[in-house]
Amino acid sequence: MAFLELERLTKSFGAHNAVDGLTLGVEKGEFVALLGPSGCGKTTTLQMIAGFVEPTSGAIRLAGKDLLAIRPARRGLGIVFQSYALFPHMTVAENVGFGLEMQGVAAAERRTRVGETLDLVGLGAFASRFPRQMSGGQQQRVALARALVIRPQILLLDEPLSNLDAKLREGMQIELRQIQRTVGTTTILVTHDQAEAMALSDRIVVMNQGRAEQIGPPHEAYERPATPFVANFLGKTNLVDGNSVRPERISFAAFGLAGTVRTRIFQGNHWLYQVDTASGLVTVIRQNSGEAMPGEGDAVHLAWEGRA
Amino acid sequence: MRSAPYLLCVPALVLFAGVVIVPLAMTVLLSFHDWGQYKGIEPVFILKNWQEVLGDSYFHEMFARTFRIAFFVTLLAAVFGAPEAYILNRMRSPWRGIFLLVILGPLLISVVARTLGWALLFGGNSGLVNKALMGLGLISAPLPFMFTETGVVIALAHVLMPYMVLAVWASLQRLDPQVENAAVALGAGPFTVLRRIVLPQVMPGILSGAVIVFALAASAFATPAIIGGRRLKVASTLAYDEFLNTLNWPLGAAVAVLLLLALVAIVWGANRLVERRYAQVFA
Ligand SMILES: Nc1ncnc2c1ncn2[C@@H]1O[C@H](COP(=O)(O)OP(=O)(O)OP(=O)(O)O)[C@@H](O)[C@H]1O
Ligand SMILES: [Mg+2]
Repeated sequence: MAFLELERLTKSFGAHNAVDGLTLGVEKGEFVALLGPSGCGKTTTLQMIAGFVEPTSGAIRLAGKDLLAIRPARRGLGIVFQSYALFPHMTVAENVGFGLEMQGVAAAERRTRVGETLDLVGLGAFASRFPRQMSGGQQQRVALARALVIRPQILLLDEPLSNLDAKLREGMQIELRQIQRTVGTTTILVTHDQAEAMALSDRIVVMNQGRAEQIGPPHEAYERPATPFVANFLGKTNLVDGNSVRPERISFAAFGLAGTVRTRIFQGNHWLYQVDTASGLVTVIRQNSGEAMPGEGDAVHLAWEGRA
Repeated sequence: MRSAPYLLCVPALVLFAGVVIVPLAMTVLLSFHDWGQYKGIEPVFILKNWQEVLGDSYFHEMFARTFRIAFFVTLLAAVFGAPEAYILNRMRSPWRGIFLLVILGPLLISVVARTLGWALLFGGNSGLVNKALMGLGLISAPLPFMFTETGVVIALAHVLMPYMVLAVWASLQRLDPQVENAAVALGAGPFTVLRRIVLPQVMPGILSGAVIVFALAASAFATPAIIGGRRLKVASTLAYDEFLNTLNWPLGAAVAVLLLLALVAIVWGANRLVERRYAQVFA
């Protein structure tokens, strides 16, 4: 029996099922990502676990106990909201200490734990700032510290990195992963960024229109997508003669599928090609190794493993 | 042409000067003129009116009453208006609009009409309010409401309540509902969320509403005139009496100018306080 169990969880708004019979087990200490396009029901799922949205049907169990019977304030979950939802009128230390205060932790211990957690997220020097006086990335880490300090049974993250610029996001991904490894908290991350989901999680749940299309380790879902939707969502894919082939698996060779380069785009560490072939337009990604590459209009042959 | 923007301001400035600055300056000037029962207004420069207004205990009492009433009106408006705005904000779609109309609707009715309504409710020993209170067993003998400060405070608080509700509602609209959820997730009960999360965030709204209500209450005329009558004078009704009954315009002008100065000082001070207190948090 898994630590957190969602069983045929459903939420309807009128006739529309935002979440439709979602079943999922999350092990203790595991990092699971809910991944899917906008409006597929990720936030609704998270809010049901948190207790802010009531499921239409289905069950949620935490360590074998019925979570739906417990009030949101008593669930003991750590949540990082997409908008951070920091308390604007409190300092960073007061924000982080709020949960401990609610638990009745004595002031002295509170101070130590707040200090420790702020150090963990690298904000030890910012304790007396107000949220307004901090950057987006710093605010996000305050929100993370506020959720972690109460030692939650589960950490719920709703697109916590989507407001950050690409560089900061990458840094925060690494940091988030490290913190989660250090603390060992069971974590559910909601995101529509497939790279982020694959980089961070032990398993991903690819959602589409309220249903889980595939649940599994990132590389497995990427290599062996269960449905065309998953294949498409987890990255670029070519449909050649009924088979789906990842663009980076295709190489230029002396023989193979003949074609002509229609466009060639330089993307720094790789080249992106669109090649006209008898089987339609094929996308090819080649590492930029410094070698000379075919140019636009050149005749090429495409080869990949498993092609007869 | 760099002067064009300034030139374009000229018509508005002229209008502003014409309708605000000039009458105001004339009133200030008037407060230094002399007046006698038989000689009327004498355009001289004396401090007689100011000495009277600042030195006579009758005026002290009257100004104290004016600001006491304004203070309790503000308190009452905040105590009832802020929760009213909060409840309104939590209502669902059709009800919210309906109740907003109910609350703001009175603004569309003349203050005189609304105050006369209160006069009817308060009126005499058989007024509806007294009947209801006695019927509920809360009081044994009728309370005097007409011509008392209590009556003026209640009626004014009702008249000015919409301003408080609007001010608080505007600041409630800016709240992120997720912030309340965040507090709940951290273990806060509904009352704690209200006291520790919602209230501090709408405090600037309550304070700015309070400044508006206080200023309007201290300078209100119709309600104190009808409920307070001749027996219970406040600054504005006194100034009115001096102008239109005693015909001592210079003294009335001194009262009016003093009220204006006191109000400006209070409002300015309150604003400074709010700004300094909340600069860091909400700037
Ligand atoms: N309160 C609501 N009333 C009606 N429909 C809702 C409500 N909340 C969500 N929905 C609908 O449920 C569906 C799922 O919404 P949800 O917020 O869970 O999507 P999401 O996967 O988090 O999307 P995004 O990536 O854009 O945040 C959407 O179609 C949305 O319109
Ligand atoms: Mg969402």
